[in-house]
Amino acid sequence: MPAHKQLNLTLRVWRQPDAGSRGEFRDYKLYSVSPEMSFLEMLDVLNEQLLEEGEEPVAFDHDCREGICGTCGVVINGQPHGPMQGTTTCQLHMRNFEDGDLIVIEPWRASAFPVVRDLVVNRSAFDRIIQAGGYVSVRTGQAPDGNAILVPSPDQAGAMDAAACIGCGACVAACKNASAMLFTAAKVSHLAQLPQGEPERKQRALQMIATHDEEGFGACTNTYECEAACPAEISVSHIARLNREYSKAMLTARQ
Amino acid sequence: MSTAVETRLNSRVPTGPLPDQWTKCKNELKLVAPNNKRKFHVIVVGSGLAGASAAASLGELGYNVTCVTIHDSPRRAHSIAAQGGINAAKNYQNDGDSTWRLFVDTIKGGDYRSRESNVYRLAEVSGNIIDQCVAQGVPFAREYGGTLANRTFGGALVSRTFYCRGQTGQQLLLGAYSALMRQVSAGKVKVLPRREMLDLVVVDGCARGVVCRNLVNGQMETYAGHAVLLCTGGYGNVFYLSTNAKGCNVTAAWRAHRRGAYFANPCYTQIHPTCIPVHGDYQSKLTLMSESLRNDGRVWVPKEKGDQRKPTDIPEEDRDYYLERRYPTYGNMVPRDVASRAAKERCDAGYGVGSTKMAVYLDFSRAIEEQGEDAIRRKYGNLFDMYEKITDDNGYKTPMMIYPAVHYTMGGLWVDYHLQSTIPGLFVLGEANFSDHGANRLGASALMQGLADGYFIIPYTVGHHLASQSLKPVTEAHPKFKETMIDARSRIESILAVSGTRTVTDLHRELGKIMWNRCGMSRNAEGLEAALTEIKELREEFWRTINVLGSGEAFNQNLEYAGRLADFLEFAELMARDALERKESAGGHFREEYQTEEGEAKRDDENFCHVAAWEYQGDDSPHTLHKEHLDFQNVELTTRSYK
Ligand SMILES: Cc1cc2nc3c(=O)[nH]c(=O)nc-3n(C[C@H](O)[C@H](O)[C@H](O)COP(=O)(O)OP(=O)(O)OC[C@H]3O[C@@H](n4cnc5c(N)ncnc54)[C@H](O)[C@@H]3O)c2cc1C
Ligand code: FES
Repeated sequence: MPAHKQLNLTLRVWRQPDAGSRGEFRDYKLYSVSPEMSFLEMLDVLNEQLLEEGEEPVAFDHDCREGICGTCGVVINGQPHGPMQGTTTCQLHMRNFEDGDLIVIEPWRASAFPVVRDLVVNRSAFDRIIQAGGYVSVRTGQAPDGNAILVPSPDQAGAMDAAACIGCGACVAACKNASAMLFTAAKVSHLAQLPQGEPERKQRALQMIATHDEEGFGACTNTYECEAACPAEISVSHIARLNREYSKAMLTARQ
Repeated sequence: MSTAVETRLNSRVPTGPLPDQWTKCKNELKLVAPNNKRKFHVIVVGSGLAGASAAASLGELGYNVTCVTIHDSPRRAHSIAAQGGINAAKNYQNDGDSTWRLFVDTIKGGDYRSRESNVYRLAEVSGNIIDQCVAQGVPFAREYGGTLANRTFGGALVSRTFYCRGQTGQQLLLGAYSALMRQVSAGKVKVLPRREMLDLVVVDGCARGVVCRNLVNGQMETYAGHAVLLCTGGYGNVFYLSTNAKGCNVTAAWRAHRRGAYFANPCYTQIHPTCIPVHGDYQSKLTLMSESLRNDGRVWVPKEKGDQRKPTDIPEEDRDYYLERRYPTYGNMVPRDVASRAAKERCDAGYGVGSTKMAVYLDFSRAIEEQGEDAIRRKYGNLFDMYEKITDDNGYKTPMMIYPAVHYTMGGLWVDYHLQSTIPGLFVLGEANFSDHGANRLGASALMQGLADGYFIIPYTVGHHLASQSLKPVTEAHPKFKETMIDARSRIESILAVSGTRTVTDLHRELGKIMWNRCGMSRNAEGLEAALTEIKELREEFWRTINVLGSGEAFNQNLEYAGRLADFLEFAELMARDALERKESAGGHFREEYQTEEGEAKRDDENFCHVAAWEYQGDDSPHTLHKEHLDFQNVELTTRSYK
């Protein structure tokens, strides 16, 4: 690996003790950051420094640190998960920043995602959208043989493209309406492309959208910011499919 | 330091021929009447593959379930990170697979240190898991004709691994999570996220509840039930650096151990051969590159020590494909422990590559030549992308660099055939138990085990427990709950009271170094003795110098990490002790004193064909060692050979 120059940075970080308090930005200087570090490792270093100085560390969510669990996620200089296409915060490396940079770090901002502390938000609303119908109603032990129903490989691939959503919430953070339509669409589209999802197809679309709205997420106005921010590169074409599913379901529901 | 007793740990293995045992067991289990199920409350700790599948299945049966998890959503459990695949003996490829073969491969892969009956049952239900997942909408890879596709994994000569690109764990977990969410909306399961189980409540000798810390506001909460299921994953993070998610911990298992659950084979840890090498001391975790890459990647080092040429400039004749050379039959597909030690052997001998010389090459040039870059991209695209994001290198153009890293822990709480621990009513599932993988786990078998435990075993055996015990009604008002809660709270308060100068990360890194150097890929008596002293000193250092700021009554991640480290520091000692006591090499446990002339692991079946189950005796007394003898009636104990 080529030896890069170390970075000296100013971090402007959102600090908020809990949901009920008002938050504010605070500036921190960080010196000699290795460009090989991940963004979260850089925050680890900041936290070690804060502990030494007697200030409470910055709270941020993370777990797998390899881009799959969807736990991490902060807005970096206005962009959810930062500047790299198709990359979660934990997979973003400091080689994408310049010496002397000011980096502004904020939590996801959406009324449906209340702040828990600092950069941590509560995304339970996503679980409730799934509870509304993001499943196939099959009990353990009821399944036929795995090969009993053939699934054409393109359908499987299409379903997999949608199912790759990591549920991080970046789509909501990126959207000016704080809409969770990309998240909702990914689940509906995943199951709509598989024969297993067929029986509950209509009510799934209707109920999931209803819950999406009840949770306080905004409407989709097709700005595609969600797709641009999505670390799993979920395409907005799934929203188009969701819209079709929804209209079909509405039509037949009226009959 | 420890007293060993030969006890007959009652493993409740059914009698009779192996293939009939599970059926026989199920036929004899007591059932709970349908309308009585709702009178029982089961607490499930953890929502990974094991926990989510168990909680959903129990909810479907009509039990009331409370499921707690440290994550903000059940979908984030560490299972989500599994890449490669899940095994099942479907024989869809017509290549001679069968329940029997999967059973034999798993026993052999585990180096003859697992219980035959459990492993057979695992192989037996493996096919049902695939069926169940397909029905849930898990988008497994398919052939053009629409049938399910398979790939090959290490330690097998058949193709039985089902996969969803490089995201199999994600898709299986989302399947189990969706089943769980269905039960939440049906009102049968209550999921409590951001709750950490800090202790187990035992009433009249039975597990009756848990004490949790609400991670959002720091409040202590108690939950009472008729049975408790621990599905809290593995303890690989005792090494600090591992491929495990940062939140993986031993706390729940360790706290249950201190309440009476025996800990089995803690020294058995798996070191995975294909991980991205360590590159800096700020590093917070290691990243796995799925073993499936070894299907097409060839592992090599230069024949010449310190060869400075770029890998692409080193011609064929100057490369040592050491796995193919040493193991012609399995080649690059030898089991993980064998592949890891072979890499360490080459690097220790001075043939390692990269800036640290602690790496070997994983080369795809031949596969790309034969199949084309697109085919390779289709199979492993996301892994190559991930590699590039981390290292800034393009694996299609130049060989990847890999080195072994801690990955999985075969040890765990001891369980019988019903998956019940030594505390009645406490069941342990998934990576948290010790059950099926012996001294080494084969690739794609952890997902299989977690789901077998949760979907197909626990729904039967928990029912039996509930139907056969006359459990008195117990609520959170029972004095044991208060007592246990005060214990848990006082541990937190003592951590906060230290207000020293060293951070959790700093101390955890130090523990990791001790464990990696002395209790890692290879071990010896001298090093393990030293580890026992060093761990104890570090534990004392922790309680003298830990620096955690903030309050216990708030969201305080540093406090969470400190509590987990405190438990790792106790657990680590037991791990080293177990490694010291096991005077043989078996699977992932390699004792330098016990090896063949060719450097392969040398078992001692006469003295060590047993499970080492440790009983806690209080902080000031040594653990007691119980031995469960392993009886091999169906497979012959032979020396593993992958040559
Ligand atoms: C990178 C990687 C790749 C892998 N790839 C494969 C593969 O391809 N095939 C395969 O078969 N296996 C693979 N494995 C292994 C496999 O993923 C795990 O062994 C398995 O998923 C563990 O599942 P589990 O349900 O037992 O635990 P986990 O998924 O770890 O779940 C543990 C749960 O317990 C909760 N928890 C933990 N502690 C507490 C506590 N104190 N209180 C409350 N809740 C708690 C967590 O929140 C979580 O919900 C891989 C592992 C890694 C690290
Ligand atoms: S920490 Fe898991 S996706 Fe970033």
